[in-house]
Amino acid sequence: MIPVGFEYARPGSVDEALALLTEHGEDATVLAGGHSLLPVMKLRLAAPELVIDIGRLPELSYITVDGDEVAIGAGTRHSTVETSSVLATECPLLPAVAATVGDPQVRHRGTLGGSLAHADPASDLPAAVLALGGDVVLRSTRGERKVPITSFYTGVFSTVKEPDELIVEIRVPRTGTAGWAYEKFNRRANDWAIVGVAVVDGRVGLVNMGSTPLRASTTEAALADGASIADAAALADQRTDPPADLTATADYRRHLARILTKRALTTAAG
Amino acid sequence: MSATVKVDMTVNGTGTSADVEPRLLLAHYLRDVVGLKATNIGCDTTSCGACTVLVDGESVKSCTVLAVQADGTSVTTMEGLEEAHPVTAAFRAEHGLQCGFCTPGMVMASVGLLSENPTPTEREVREGLEGNLCRCTGYHNIVRAVLAASGQDPQAATAHPSRSGA
Repeated sequence: MIPVGFEYARPGSVDEALALLTEHGEDATVLAGGHSLLPVMKLRLAAPELVIDIGRLPELSYITVDGDEVAIGAGTRHSTVETSSVLATECPLLPAVAATVGDPQVRHRGTLGGSLAHADPASDLPAAVLALGGDVVLRSTRGERKVPITSFYTGVFSTVKEPDELIVEIRVPRTGTAGWAYEKFNRRANDWAIVGVAVVDGRVGLVNMGSTPLRASTTEAALADGASIADAAALADQRTDPPADLTATADYRRHLARILTKRALTTAAG
Repeated sequence: MSATVKVDMTVNGTGTSADVEPRLLLAHYLRDVVGLKATNIGCDTTSCGACTVLVDGESVKSCTVLAVQADGTSVTTMEGLEEAHPVTAAFRAEHGLQCGFCTPGMVMASVGLLSENPTPTEREVREGLEGNLCRCTGYHNIVRAVLAASGQDPQAATAHPSRSGA
């Protein structure tokens, strides 16, 4: 499978990339690791006129502690997140979730910013950042804005990011020793989650339970009111709208969400 | 047709260069431009791993990398491994292949795995190769080969206490 032909630009800096995005807007697509973009281009579901390759910009690859948050460059690869000693100490949920993405070859290429931008509700990392209550930093030639992940997603494969904007950074809280867990259910190696549940510090993020990553808000509220793990987890599928496909019915996904939430909350409680 | 882009990359220690369409995949660059046919294209969807090569020492699936993304890098394919490479020798000794289609990708993924984790456990080998499919289902001997290549005794490393003896 061969993508439709396109023009290719490899800017030498974020500023150059932003200038290209301002000039070309919706006709351009940003390429980071390419492991979400190239498959859809090969299937010809996407046919951008210009591909802007930011995959090797060193200024987008970093993991640093900044106050009570960890700042992660959008171009940081999953394998780097997975093996980060800073994140292992400061935000251990994120490397654990990154380690479940695809396979080693995919994790050598895919990036955190790319995964968040692609906005696939079956992806692991968006729900993890949602459970963490992180922020997405968007930049354009017009300026920079910080969007809470809770208001970043608008639907399947869609976000509030404007065509001239680039995700430059992801900020997550330093959760330290707070309890966390990630439960990912699938039947085949190297597959997307049929359902996934990320828990950290009493917050619950759901993978593949709607058109966007979701928080299990009813479960979180029950926990805050002192409900038992079993009682709170039984509410995990409330206010969700899971898809039905060849791998699972919607009802089965609801069942999985309740069971996996119970397991994740139990693990997180130590 | 879009404008071509000049790429320069080192393949198995030798400099290569070509003017390519940006949409050219690395797998096709290696097979059709450079003429190295060991790298197989299986599923073409980032699933099977048959096209795995090393880019700057890291395993990647070359059906999901553009040649222009590998511009300036050093790529290693199975042709780049010496005849007596410990991983290929171990695949031979442990019968780590049947039809052989997955073998170049499986070997390169194993070389990448061992560079990151020189003495993996059996479980780490299985997880490290989860991106590579063998449709002959010859996984046991492949895992034994990787353990042997790491200098471990595959018999001991795959012995499960719960399954041994009475």
